[in-house]
Formats: sequence, structure tokens, C-alpha cells
Amino acid sequence: MAQYPTEPLKCWPKAKELRNKFYENYKQAHEKGGIRCMGSAWALDAVTMGLGRDVYWITGEPYGASCAFDSPLSADFLTAAEKFGFSRDLCSYMRNYWGSIIVGKYAFGGPLPKADFAYTQHICCSHGKWYQNACELEGGDVPLYVIDVGVGACPPFEPEMYKHRVKYVADQMLDSIEWMEKITGRTYNDELFFEACWNDIRLTHTWAKICMLNRAVPAPLDEKSIYSLYVFATLQKSSAAFAELYEELLEEVEDRVKRGIAAVGNEQARVMTDTQPPWGFLKIYRYLETWGVVSIGSLYTFGLEGMWLYDEDRNDLGPRPMPPEKPTSREEACRMLADWHLSKPEYQHFYSPEYKTEMMDAIAKNWRCDAIIMHYNRGCEGLSVGIAENRLGLLERGNKVMTYEGNMGDETEFDLPSTETRFDIFLESLGLKKREA
Amino acid sequence: MIIVGIDCGAKNTKTVVLRDNKIIGKGMILTGFDQTSAIRESLHAALKDAGIDVKDVDKISGTGAGMEEIRDADVRVNEVKAMAKAANFFVPSARTVTDVGAEMGRAVKIDENGKVIDFAINEKCAAGAGAFIEAMARALEAKLEEMGPMVLKSDKSIPMNAQCAIFAESEVVGLIHAKTAKADISKAIHDAMASRIVSMIRRIGVNKDIVMIGGVGLNPGFVDSLKRELEIDKVYIPPDPAFGAAVGAALVLAEET
Ligand code: SF4
Repeated sequence: MAQYPTEPLKCWPKAKELRNKFYENYKQAHEKGGIRCMGSAWALDAVTMGLGRDVYWITGEPYGASCAFDSPLSADFLTAAEKFGFSRDLCSYMRNYWGSIIVGKYAFGGPLPKADFAYTQHICCSHGKWYQNACELEGGDVPLYVIDVGVGACPPFEPEMYKHRVKYVADQMLDSIEWMEKITGRTYNDELFFEACWNDIRLTHTWAKICMLNRAVPAPLDEKSIYSLYVFATLQKSSAAFAELYEELLEEVEDRVKRGIAAVGNEQARVMTDTQPPWGFLKIYRYLETWGVVSIGSLYTFGLEGMWLYDEDRNDLGPRPMPPEKPTSREEACRMLADWHLSKPEYQHFYSPEYKTEMMDAIAKNWRCDAIIMHYNRGCEGLSVGIAENRLGLLERGNKVMTYEGNMGDETEFDLPSTETRFDIFLESLGLKKREA
Repeated sequence: MIIVGIDCGAKNTKTVVLRDNKIIGKGMILTGFDQTSAIRESLHAALKDAGIDVKDVDKISGTGAGMEEIRDADVRVNEVKAMAKAANFFVPSARTVTDVGAEMGRAVKIDENGKVIDFAINEKCAAGAGAFIEAMARALEAKLEEMGPMVLKSDKSIPMNAQCAIFAESEVVGLIHAKTAKADISKAIHDAMASRIVSMIRRIGVNKDIVMIGGVGLNPGFVDSLKRELEIDKVYIPPDPAFGAAVGAALVLAEET
């Protein structure tokens, strides 16, 4: 018997429509006289929007995840990438993406549209090669611009010379504007850039506020739904439509909290996870529900795109406050964006696993988690780096932790029955009882 | 009260009969493809050994990879919980339990009541499971039961680097071609396997006393390797370790009854 009332989210239909339109727009960009741009979900897409409102994006990670969700399609793409000579231990999003280019098939119907240019950033070792190869596979004539964001952790972790590090990233953005004008033949519009920059900040700030609401018991959102919602921040952070969607969602989730609406009606225990899930097996979250367990989120879903500040003294995370005003000059906008994005929680562990452990522990404590379930994700070297150390650090801080191995985008590396067995053993050791089917 | 514990494992199905928490009968049958008949036959063997009839049984508890096939089970207990309970029963001071099953190796941290605190299980690879030694015995053209005693005859330490049973087999073939003595190869195999299990134990922390459940506990070579890898003098092996999980499953049910 459900203990809490549940309700579907009202914004689902709008969210679905916006996502479909995003992928449709990329396909129809040229019919609309627009430009197609490809890059990482972490790319500073706002900078490209000064070229016009008709720059249509595709971001590799959510596209790779969409492929992975469709098992037969993903199997085709992964096989094609492997046959081409790409090793199986590379990022599985990247392999799905390359496979999609090699097979010439768009996961959203028809042939894969060719990008006009690539604009990306580079924090994980895979980013460095992802778009170099993608540009070559798309014919070798796709221009590529990469921003190096590997400048060290943000304060409070590594406050030294932070101003200079922000400048290093901002200067690359400034240079990229001239480069984009040259390769597209368009004149850059600063006003459009300022607007896009502000949308980005508003959207990533709002996302953090939405995640804060999941501190409530019962949790108004479960992580399976969060996956369908956080994706907009990975598709295009600079989109006004997506920023508005998040603002509506924030109101809706606030209302759910007020009325005690639960994501999982029989919430008995709360867990958090880590890294991307095995996308073809999201049913594991439904399996957790049979134990009365809700997954409230993760550093991954909260901090991949959401902007937070970590408070060392209180061991807590809170949404990073927005700058007081919109930027008014190109230099200011670049600096503002660089500073904003360098504080992304999911950037920090690239410099030390300890930073991630601290932030994960803050989530576990402040979102009232009973345990942590970590996915040793063989498909993502970037987010899995240091994960075993995170586990040890979390155990030392008194958390209950279980791990399972898998791959976010390659289902051959995931074993569903044995993962469910692990869940059974672990959840039973927490004193929970499984609901009979 | 008479409680039966059945452990339907990947290789063998083991049954124990407990009267008031004392073992009065045991039966073990190769599981094979037909789990249902293995369960039935091992139950009959255990009842015969106990000298009782099936109608004397009050309750049945099941565990093991094939526990869903134990249709008459009143309760099903996961293997980790079962082995934890058994270790606590045989060695009350146990804080770490390890079990090397045919297809899975496990390490479990337990408290003074036999409650699971943390655990580690090997992933899809066979490197930490009994199947690894079997595959290597085939490569060595040796009988499985000869493998363990051979270890004790070797004083060499040959590292085996392969994590995977398939690659390990080619390493073994390489050693055979290099005219390495069988005893030394067997030791290398057991040491490699023990190091996989020890890495699982280290993941949950090495806390004394350490108990080993499962049929591999009867393999003196493996126990020797395990002690060396863990750098300890004693690993506790309960009597008839192969029946450990079956005993544990029965004890869990007894406690809940
Ligand atoms: S962080 Fe993970 S998903 Fe992203 S490019 Fe690196 S390996 Fe791929």
C-alpha cells in the first residue's frame, strides 16, 4: 500500500515536445537557413549563439545516451565503431556517436545530418579526440574549435590564482568569436550572446534549486525522472525555452513538496547514486522501488550542469547565487561564463577524488540518504576516475555504500540478474523488506 | 523443530537437516541442468542420512544461485546472508567470511551477531571463482582433487598476471611449454586465485577472525595460498565447509521462526 500520494509531473508533455523539437531542429537546420553545430554537453554553447538564433545544436553525450537507450540501434553503432578500429574500452557515448556517423543513421530518424562546425571543450581525455574524429568521419571539412577548461579546481578546493585561470578560459572564448565569424561568414551579435549567456546561468542555477527540493521527505522527484529532466541542461544550456521549462518545473516541484506528493509512494529509504546509469537498464530504478527505495539523485544529476557552491564548514551544497546583472560587454560575458562553469561540481574530481567525496558526502547527509549505490561505469573514464577512492572516502565518513559494475552505453558490459542480486543483498542488510510482486 | 536448508549452487546442490540447530543429516548432488531433480535428490539423501521422513520436516529454507527452483521453500535467503549466519554459528568470533563458489567468489564483513555489514562479490569474470581452478586443472591435465595437495609440494613463487581465466589458461600453457613442474604451476594458479579473493577481502577490510565457507575450503593448496596472501596464520574452516550456506539458510529460518 502506498504511503504517500503520487502524481505524474504536469510538465512531461511539454518536456517531451521540446526534446523532440531540439533533435528535429538539428535535422531541419539547413531548410531553415540555419547552422548546425556539434559539441560536448559541457561545451559553452552560449558563445555560438551570437551567430544568430538559428544555430542548432547537437550534443554528443545525450545523443550517445539516446542511442544506448535503443539497444538494437546502439548494437549497430557500437559494432560499426569497433569494426572501424575504435577500441571497445573507449567512452561508450563517443563510440555510439562515431558509430552513428559511420552507419550514417540519425537516432531520431533519417540519415545523420552533417555538422557545419564543431565547438567543444576539453576536460576528459575523451573530449580531446571525440570531435577530432567526428569531424574527420563527417568528411574532414568540418572546422573544430576546442576550449581547454582543464585549469584546476575552483574555490574552495583550489583558490590559488583562480582569477588567472578564469581569464585563460575566457580568452579562448573571445578568440573563438573571431574564428566563428571567419568560418561562417556571419557577423557576431553581442546582444544575442549576452542573452544566451544569461539563459545559461539562469537555467543551470534553476536546476540546482530544483534538486534542492529533493531534500524533502517524501522526495518529489526520483532519479529516473530526473534523468529525463536534467537532459535539457545537457542539450543546450543557452536555450531560453529550456530555461523557461526549468522555471515552470521549479514551481511545480515546489508545489509537490507543499502537498507532500511523492515520486515513490512507498518511500521507505533513500539512496543516492553516482555516475551515469546503464541507460538500457533504467528498470533497475523500478526494481529499487520494490524495496521501497527512492533514488533522490546524485552528484552527477545535480552537478553535471547545475551550479553549486560547496560550503566546507557546513559540509553542504547550495545553489550558486546568480551574478547581480546580465553582462554588458563581450569580455564581461566571457569572464562571467568561464567563472560560472569552472565551478561545475562534476569538473572538480578531475583534480582530486577527495573533492568529489566531500560533495557526495554532503549530498548523502543533507538529502538524508540511507545509502549510496555507485555504478563503476566502464563506459565513462571521465566520471569514473577515482571512483574506488570515493567509495573508501564515503565509507570512512560513515556512509553505507554498494557498488555494481556496468557501462552506461554498452549493454554487453552489464549483467542485470547479478546486479539485482547485489541490490537484494545490500538492501536487506539495510533492514529493508522487498514488497512481494 | 526440524529445519532443512538447501543450497542449490551452480555446481552442487547441498542439503542439511537441522534438529534444534544441530546437524543430523547431509546430502550433496551434482546440480547439472535439471535443478529440480538435483534439489529433490539431495533432499532425499539428507533425509536418509538423518533417518527421518519428509513429513517430519517442519520448514525448508533455500539459498544459492538456483534457490528460485526450491518450490517448497518457506523462505529464500540470499547467499551472503546465509554464509554470514553460518560463519557466526561455527566461529562466533568471525568478522570476515569468504566463500569461493563454482561461479562466484565473495567476501563479507559481519558483526558479532552474524549480520552483514559490507560485502564484495566478483564481477562477471571467473577469476575469483572455483570455475577458475577447474579450468586450470583441465589445462594442466590434472585431476581437480590433485591440484590443492600439489601446491604444498612447491616452494617456488611464479607470478600469473592474467585476470581472466582464458588468458590465464594461455599463461599455464606457456609454463607447461617452459617445462615448469606441475606443482609449481598449480601453486601459481592457486596464488593467483587467492590474490583475487584477497582483493575482495581487502575491499571490505581484513578483520579477524576469518572464516572460509564453501567446498574450496577442503583444498589445502588454496587455503595455504589464502593465508600467505592475507599474511595471517589461521583461516577457520568449519566442518564440511561445502554445506556452509545450506546451514546458514536453515539457521536464518530457525531464527525467524
Ligand atoms: S566524461 Fe565520460 S562521457 Fe564524457 S567524454 Fe569523458 S568518458 Fe565520455
